[in-house]
Amino acid sequence: MFNRTAIAPLEYTRKLWMRSWVGLTMLFLYAPLIVLMIFSFNDSKRNVVWKGFTLKYYEKALNNDSLVEAMANSLTIAFFATIISLVIGTLAAVMLWRFRFPLKGLVEGTMSLPIIVPEICLGVAFLIFFAKIDWPTDLPWPLNLSAIIIAHITFCFPFVAMVVRARLASFNKEEEEAAKDLGATEWQAFRDVLLPHIKPSLVAGALLAFTLSLDDFVITFFTSGPDTITFPVKVYSMVRFSVTPEVNAASTILIILTVALTFIALKYQGVKGISDAH
Amino acid sequence: MTEMKQPIIQIRNVSKRFGKVTAVDNISLDIRAGEFFVLLGPSGCGKTTLLRMIAGFELPTEGQILIDGQDMSLVPPNKRPVNMVFQSYAVFPHMNVTDNVGYGLRISGVPKGEIRDRVAEALELVKLGGFEDRMPDQMSGGQRQRVALARSLVMRPKVLLLDEPLSALDAKLRAQMQFELADLQDKVGITFVTVTHDQDEALSMASRVAVINKGEVAQLAPPSDLYEYPANRFVADFVGSVNIFEGTLTLDEPDKAAVECPGLGKVYLNHGVTGPHGANVWIALRPEKIYLHVPGEGKAVRAAAQDAPDGHNFARGTIKGMSYLGDITLYEIQLEGGQIIRVSRPNLSRHDQEDFTWDDKVSMHWRADSPVVLLS
Repeated sequence: MFNRTAIAPLEYTRKLWMRSWVGLTMLFLYAPLIVLMIFSFNDSKRNVVWKGFTLKYYEKALNNDSLVEAMANSLTIAFFATIISLVIGTLAAVMLWRFRFPLKGLVEGTMSLPIIVPEICLGVAFLIFFAKIDWPTDLPWPLNLSAIIIAHITFCFPFVAMVVRARLASFNKEEEEAAKDLGATEWQAFRDVLLPHIKPSLVAGALLAFTLSLDDFVITFFTSGPDTITFPVKVYSMVRFSVTPEVNAASTILIILTVALTFIALKYQGVKGISDAH
Repeated sequence: MTEMKQPIIQIRNVSKRFGKVTAVDNISLDIRAGEFFVLLGPSGCGKTTLLRMIAGFELPTEGQILIDGQDMSLVPPNKRPVNMVFQSYAVFPHMNVTDNVGYGLRISGVPKGEIRDRVAEALELVKLGGFEDRMPDQMSGGQRQRVALARSLVMRPKVLLLDEPLSALDAKLRAQMQFELADLQDKVGITFVTVTHDQDEALSMASRVAVINKGEVAQLAPPSDLYEYPANRFVADFVGSVNIFEGTLTLDEPDKAAVECPGLGKVYLNHGVTGPHGANVWIALRPEKIYLHVPGEGKAVRAAAQDAPDGHNFARGTIKGMSYLGDITLYEIQLEGGQIIRVSRPNLSRHDQEDFTWDDKVSMHWRADSPVVLLS
């Protein structure tokens, strides 16, 4: 106790008030999630009082065919939306970074529009758009998800483009020239020099796109048909009757899934790499 | 003999314009095989643009560049027999030293065994043996530069281009690298073309220097000629330190010439200048070529009279500024006409700098072969 060094002016992490403040913030952020997860093990039909531990709602959730189907739909949509957003977003970012062309500012502004426009407007717009062009709704799985996937790409790819663009700003163009100088073609220079540089931003962008797509409700609600229920839409319809532990169980699975995914990405890329991307 | 050989790089009437700005203005010059060629000039003079045109990163607006006799107009950078060491070194940060140096060989499909041997050889050449597995962020600036050098040399280019190779190094390391680069060039026998704004660098390394000013070649000459026989005021002033005085040519014969400078006095030269009589000319006089005498002008006059007629190559003034630099002391002396002349004096003994001080009246003389007459 006596050989503790004095707390320096900037050592906030060692100050009691700072620690309590951080603790309270964490509690505020995560308490609802933790409660939701705990109550998924509650042995009671009503989600109000703790009655004992059980796994039966997990069993029930996993046996609920329409819920599992919704989950599969969501994951499929998120997968395709992420891949395509990644390609389009990266191309857009590289284009805006490399070239100068007329109306560049306008293109840049228009591209980030889907981030700004309220989701409800986008949702309605898509509803009208797909109805107007008679987008087929009776396609076999997974083609019946195409309308939702297109809608998701629209609001996912600007995020990817933004993250990649930020990362590109720190790229030394001489590295690319050096690669070409050493005999690399345009493609080889991109693959060997530019791509490794933007890789952390691609991981970050993919994570963003995936989670955005996975939990999107509003736009999906307007673009989904009767056979293309996604997880958030399904949960919403279940909650309209009553909040059962089954919903909790399904949500818990989703939370664990996204946390695991983020964890793998961080592990693979390093926290620093991803935070550098922003 | 050397005249017979075809120049390795021929730059023919090359101009480069960026919109309304002319970066390179109708430059023609030949770079000979095996020489250490330096493009010297102030920033923004177009020297880097010229280098990038040789590498292929910029295309000339007009004119032609030939490398080893081949027109490079339609040859992209990755197909040219030249390699470049970039100002930022541009070492690939995600590859270790071996992969960096071997990159060019790898993408051109050289067999693995040969890559290994050539990379080892190149690293040996730049004294980076033992650094094979280091990542660039674990190396100093000087070491990263060696990686960039090795990465280019391993390709065995006909010409190695270096963009401001020493500008990012500290003074001591820069001096060392100047010698090493010259040594390396001697060893590998590849033509080096270097861009720099640092005249010391140019003088110490180059076999020939092209001084570039506003997109044009101001002078093309070996380093000592550049310093002792500058072609114009720009070169005289840019390379080294110089005093310049305007004057009129009053005498011009094959073995002697005289110029009258209102600011300095009568200047006598022991060689002709072949300029029109009565022409407006400039006298360039380097600070280290002026002798300083203690007050009392007898000695100065006598010394000047040894190789010039009476009343020539002699001036009086008052010391207005002094800076002691260790090996030399620099004096700023106000002449009787009011102009300032700079004189440097070697400190041959430890008390030499005490000989003169502020506001001392001094006299100066210089030898008849010291001043240079400039016509432009």
